[in-house]
Amino acid sequence: MLIPCPHCGTRPVEEFTFLGDAAPTRPTTSDPSSMEAWYEYVYLRNNPRGPIDEYAHHSGGCRAWLVVQRNTETHEVFGAVTARDFSKAKDAKA
Amino acid sequence: MTSYRLGKGGLVDRSTALRFTFDGAPHTGLEGDTLASALLANGVTLMGRSFKYHRPRGPITAGAAEPNALVELREGARKEANTRATMIELHDGLVARSQNNWPSLNFDIGAINSLASSMLVAGFYYKTFMWPKSFWEKIYEPIIRRAAGLGAASKLPDPDKYEKSYAHCGVLVIGSGPAGLMAALAAARQGKRVILADEGSRLGGSLLNEQEEIAGQSGLDWSRSIIAELASMPNVTLMPRTTIIGWFDGNIFGAVERVSDHLRVPDPYEPRQRYWKIHAGRAVLAAGAEERPVAFGGNDVPGVMQASAMRCYVNRYAVAAGRSVAVFGGNDSIYRTARDLKSHGIHVEAIVDSREDSRGDPGGVPVIRGALVADAVGGKAVKSVHLTDGTHINCEAVAMSGGFSPIVNLACQRGKKPVWDAKLLAFLPPDNGEAFTTAGAAAGRMLLSECLADGAAKGAAGGKPIDVPKCRDEAFAIAPLWWVKESHGKAFIDYQNDATARDLPLAAREGYSDVELAKRYTTTGMATDQGKLGNINAIAILAEATGRTMDEVGTTTFRPFYTPVSFGAFAGPFTGHHFQPVRKTPLHDWAEEQGAVFVETGLWMRSSWFPREGEDWLAAAAREVLTTRGAAGICDVSTLGKIDVQGKDAGQFLDKLYCNTFSTLAVGKARYGLMLREDGIVYDDGTTSRLAEDHYVMTTTTANAAKVMAQMEFAHQALFPDLDVTCVSVTEQWAQMAVAGPKSRATLQKLIDDLVMTDETVPYMAALEVTIMHGIPARLFRLSFSGEHAYELAVPADYGSMVARAVCQAGEEFGITPYGVEALSIMRIEKGHVAGGELNGTTTAGDLGLGKMVSARKDFIGRMMAQREGLTDPNRQQVTGIRPVDPSHRIRAGAHLLKQGDKPSMANDQGYITGVAWSPMLNMWVGLALLANGRARHGEIVQAWDGLRGHSVLAQICDPVHFDKENRRLHA
Amino acid sequence: MRYNVFSLIRNSFSGHKNWEPAWRDPEPRKEYDIIIVGGGGHGLATAYYLAKEHGLKNIAVLEKGWLGSGNIGRNTTIIRSNYMLPGNNPFYEWSMKLWENLEQDFNFNAMVSQRGVLNLCHTDAQRDAFARRGNAMRIDGVDAELLDREAVREMYPFFDYENARFPIKGGLLQKRGGTVRHDAVAWGYARGADQRGVDIIQHCEVKGIKVENGKVVGVDTNKGFITCRKLGLATAGNSSETASMVGMRLPIESHVLQAFVSEGLKPYIDGVVTFGAGHFYVSQSDKGGLVFGGDIDGYNSYARRGNLPMVEHVIEAGVAMIPSLARVRVLRSWGGIMDMSMDGSPIIDKTHIQGLYLNAGWCYGGFKATPASGWCFAYTIARDEPHKLNAAYRLDRFRTGHMIDEKGQGATPNLH
Repeated sequence: MLIPCPHCGTRPVEEFTFLGDAAPTRPTTSDPSSMEAWYEYVYLRNNPRGPIDEYAHHSGGCRAWLVVQRNTETHEVFGAVTARDFSKAKDAKA
Repeated sequence: MTSYRLGKGGLVDRSTALRFTFDGAPHTGLEGDTLASALLANGVTLMGRSFKYHRPRGPITAGAAEPNALVELREGARKEANTRATMIELHDGLVARSQNNWPSLNFDIGAINSLASSMLVAGFYYKTFMWPKSFWEKIYEPIIRRAAGLGAASKLPDPDKYEKSYAHCGVLVIGSGPAGLMAALAAARQGKRVILADEGSRLGGSLLNEQEEIAGQSGLDWSRSIIAELASMPNVTLMPRTTIIGWFDGNIFGAVERVSDHLRVPDPYEPRQRYWKIHAGRAVLAAGAEERPVAFGGNDVPGVMQASAMRCYVNRYAVAAGRSVAVFGGNDSIYRTARDLKSHGIHVEAIVDSREDSRGDPGGVPVIRGALVADAVGGKAVKSVHLTDGTHINCEAVAMSGGFSPIVNLACQRGKKPVWDAKLLAFLPPDNGEAFTTAGAAAGRMLLSECLADGAAKGAAGGKPIDVPKCRDEAFAIAPLWWVKESHGKAFIDYQNDATARDLPLAAREGYSDVELAKRYTTTGMATDQGKLGNINAIAILAEATGRTMDEVGTTTFRPFYTPVSFGAFAGPFTGHHFQPVRKTPLHDWAEEQGAVFVETGLWMRSSWFPREGEDWLAAAAREVLTTRGAAGICDVSTLGKIDVQGKDAGQFLDKLYCNTFSTLAVGKARYGLMLREDGIVYDDGTTSRLAEDHYVMTTTTANAAKVMAQMEFAHQALFPDLDVTCVSVTEQWAQMAVAGPKSRATLQKLIDDLVMTDETVPYMAALEVTIMHGIPARLFRLSFSGEHAYELAVPADYGSMVARAVCQAGEEFGITPYGVEALSIMRIEKGHVAGGELNGTTTAGDLGLGKMVSARKDFIGRMMAQREGLTDPNRQQVTGIRPVDPSHRIRAGAHLLKQGDKPSMANDQGYITGVAWSPMLNMWVGLALLANGRARHGEIVQAWDGLRGHSVLAQICDPVHFDKENRRLHA
Repeated sequence: MRYNVFSLIRNSFSGHKNWEPAWRDPEPRKEYDIIIVGGGGHGLATAYYLAKEHGLKNIAVLEKGWLGSGNIGRNTTIIRSNYMLPGNNPFYEWSMKLWENLEQDFNFNAMVSQRGVLNLCHTDAQRDAFARRGNAMRIDGVDAELLDREAVREMYPFFDYENARFPIKGGLLQKRGGTVRHDAVAWGYARGADQRGVDIIQHCEVKGIKVENGKVVGVDTNKGFITCRKLGLATAGNSSETASMVGMRLPIESHVLQAFVSEGLKPYIDGVVTFGAGHFYVSQSDKGGLVFGGDIDGYNSYARRGNLPMVEHVIEAGVAMIPSLARVRVLRSWGGIMDMSMDGSPIIDKTHIQGLYLNAGWCYGGFKATPASGWCFAYTIARDEPHKLNAAYRLDRFRTGHMIDEKGQGATPNLH
């Protein structure tokens, strides 16, 4: 599998460490009423068969955290953005 | 003697005689031979024994799919089991032995299994060996295990080397037969970077084996000219002896280049094999087609062969499988087989064509149409064949052809299934898009002209076409021919595993009719050839038995590897001491000078203790502790993770990472920090210092250094991207040493420039940037893991050993000692500091007695989840101290804790001892434990139960701080 | 028809033409009391024990592929009960006890072979952890032995003791651990369940779960709608997908785990051994192949195939442990999809929907659990409450903070 790192170009998968679905968003409040949201953020996953936005750390390269768009069933890789851009885009949408 | 060397012809060098032995018997072969061809040339047709019935077997193929002629190649540490004689290039001095027989290949007691073969049907073992129960492991299974298996592997370390390499190309062409050569040429002439790989020892594929005519010359000569052109092009890499073993995501191909397997031993500095990962822009699979055997009785008797293999033996190796041959099949290739054999002077008794209405040029050989070979007769060699029409033909060999299966393995390794073509009677490769195309016979192009044209087209891939040479085509027409049911003898589908045609309907009758179940129940396709020869026949028989079509039955899953790959190739050089890199600290040289014994800590080598004459580890560590606590000691702590954190928001960022607060830390001070995971469990700890308003330096534990760094990068980039902060690992940039003990200040004072060290200038938890030894930049921290008045001194890595030597010199008058992680560990347990045994990924801050550090006033990673009831339950196991009631007793890490008088049981389990140390200060073993509600139980006497080592003692629960509870020494 | 040597001989005389099918191939009925989704090891075992232990009839197992086509068909066959934590240990030991009598129980030779499971250790900290684990086993009556380096060398003299990057310091041995012929487990349970009246329906894919008034009423399948009163999901690898049919999200990610087999060899390694300084474990099947594996590839996946970096990673460790392996050949690799849970431990529980039960999250330890998982799941379904052996495998443990985390890796599924 090859990952198109926005900084380094296309690099082999062995340079990356994965951290699962990037869809869950960390709650911004520590209010006790947010407990359920925290639980869902930390533990629950859609675990999709098909396209996923997945965190990947270019740990053997530029050390950027990326969000890789990939298909979990075919392993097809569609692209990658930095986690920073992904996060900001998510904020902008929210 | 049935097989023999022909007087002329072949691609063997008759001027070079190569000596070799098989089962100890000396033979001679020629340069260009395989072991199989050389043995056949010497009249040896019996080369192996089958798995279950120990039937005598000779080669069925001349190539990679060989299931029968497997041998133990080479001797001693270089012995390789299950090596295909058909793929072994003969070399002078080659030593091979037959396998899976006793006492000899010729007389194999195991063949007695054949007598019981009526019982030993598919799956028989699932139905018996159950009574009496104890017999399975004592009697039945040991017998089965000894009988099973094929060759015996060496148990000596492999003396040969292996390499790994990457390659990149525009076009990878797999297979160098007519289609592959054309594909490579078309791509190469476009200027593409081309790799042409072929598993054979020479390029040319089927053109090496067949009598063809291309562009007015022999196929062989034509291939030579193309190969010469390719070899002359700078953008082409030719890789013979290279098997593409698998197709993976991203169009990455695994390959194994057999660099030295054709030699007796590898040349100096050369690997035995080289493993490649090839990234191809696109790939063209031109692997050809495998000829299918026919399931008739005795289709395994030595002398029965694929017709194409027999042609290969005569044309390429100038070896005849027998003096008289019967040719049998259901397609037109049998005619060329007969003609080829005849052209080499071999007597062909008859062509037996299963079809009534076929037309082919028999070249004067008698043709028997509409009949089938029912049985080949003979034990260790073919004597005759019986036909279904009652005809008997005496012969020494049988060439058979059931049809051709495109070698689609690679094309089906990424999830797609092949597609049945009822006209060609073949599974064709699925459509994998432009990045992976298939050409030639592998794509069902069965005529030579089609192969050339298809190769050219797939190689050009829509780009500039190349001229396709004219050639002579053989006829191709085919009728189904799978299983001759009139057979009396066993008709084998999977030769090696002795799965017969009858096993498949049996499996279907018993409910195992799905092709995957039938495979598992009968073991068809599970031998070393992975069903290359037998699977399509099995599917056909299964289809008939269950009234389904070939498509409905379908194939089993094609998986890597195309052919078996040595472990060594995948491991490459990363074995033995080079399995993982070694990390040495900047103080390694110094520690070595001091006589350190090193211990593996992750990738690091850490100095563990510094023995003096006559000391064991415990004596050395105890002395180091006593000296440190009595005067001074120096310890290498460079392996601790060090992370530089800078930026306007550095403090705020650290507040997110740690459960306690760092934004309020004064410049020039250090603070102990505790980091949680988002699930509220403790992740790591360490001291972090503030060197400037916008500059912190963090330390982590040795074990978690890399993980914490990754977590920080995640937090920064993914969670809090708006914070103005940068962090970078500086673990390797700084040498760091702990200097501890009452004389530590006096020692260090001698090295520090322009600073009088007092409790005012360097107070407890100070973190200062200083210079030492006339200008060496350094960081001085007043920190203590040992509980002593102590410092950590950090200097740029290259100064490390020199500064450590200077510290030793400065402390010499006080009797300073180097101490290692053993002494460090003793002192931390004496002081009740938590470390890896307690920070085990399941403990909370509260469990560790650090609950007060957890801020209630800010957001930080882990804050919310740490509040769950399961993490705040007072009955959770908490860190306590523990010591034996009788000071002469020893407690051990890993012992579990029971209330006094309780019986050992999981329900009564109260906790366990996380770490122990012999305390030279207290003259007894002391430890830390995790105990249910432990903080409320100080003083309680419990059983430290160590049933595992038969060692249980009474122990008292106490405060974790065993020594100097008031911390007087810290401030002394 | 009972299987034994006499029936085998008898059938030999009739050319094996009279064997009865090991199981029927029924069309689904319109209605069942209990439907189990997933005809793998756990689903079939559940059906078997529902019929055998609870006397229940009118049960169907629905399998979307062929019988045993899930992870029971592609694992590395190891059984052991060398767990550490109270939530796990008694459960896996019960599984071991069921393994020990399984073949006589379901009259099918699954080749349960207790040749020992040895975990190697390479550091003092690992040895201390093994001591803790070994004592957790012993304290509950499970066999465990702590071996020193010389004892390991005596068992396996051909490992690397001289030139190793991480020298072997000892190991934790469970002699009752071993291997089982994995497919035969599915077949034995299927045959046993079928004989007790369970309908095993292959190639029947569940497309939806119908819930009315908070209660399960049936499933939509490619063979039509089937009514049921109770529905058990045993679809590890795809648990998130099946659970999503009722709108549930699970604390699970799907990951691919590769495994491998070598060419057949004469006896080479007797028991199961796990390397402690890398991801590698190995055993040898009765047929002679070395069966081995290592770690998951690490990325979310539903593809039953992995990539080369993990192949290399595993085999490097293998050759580091056993240098002579270099000249042995790997025959085949395959991949299975693991339900990687958030604490590395499984879920066997009721759900908030009446009549819906969940068996999921087995990570890569599901095979050894097959008997106890089926047994406990059957109990949970039959009694509508968990047995005390699976009481800790609650779905809500993540919400309440009662994780069962043997590895201490937290909510990072690919690290378990």
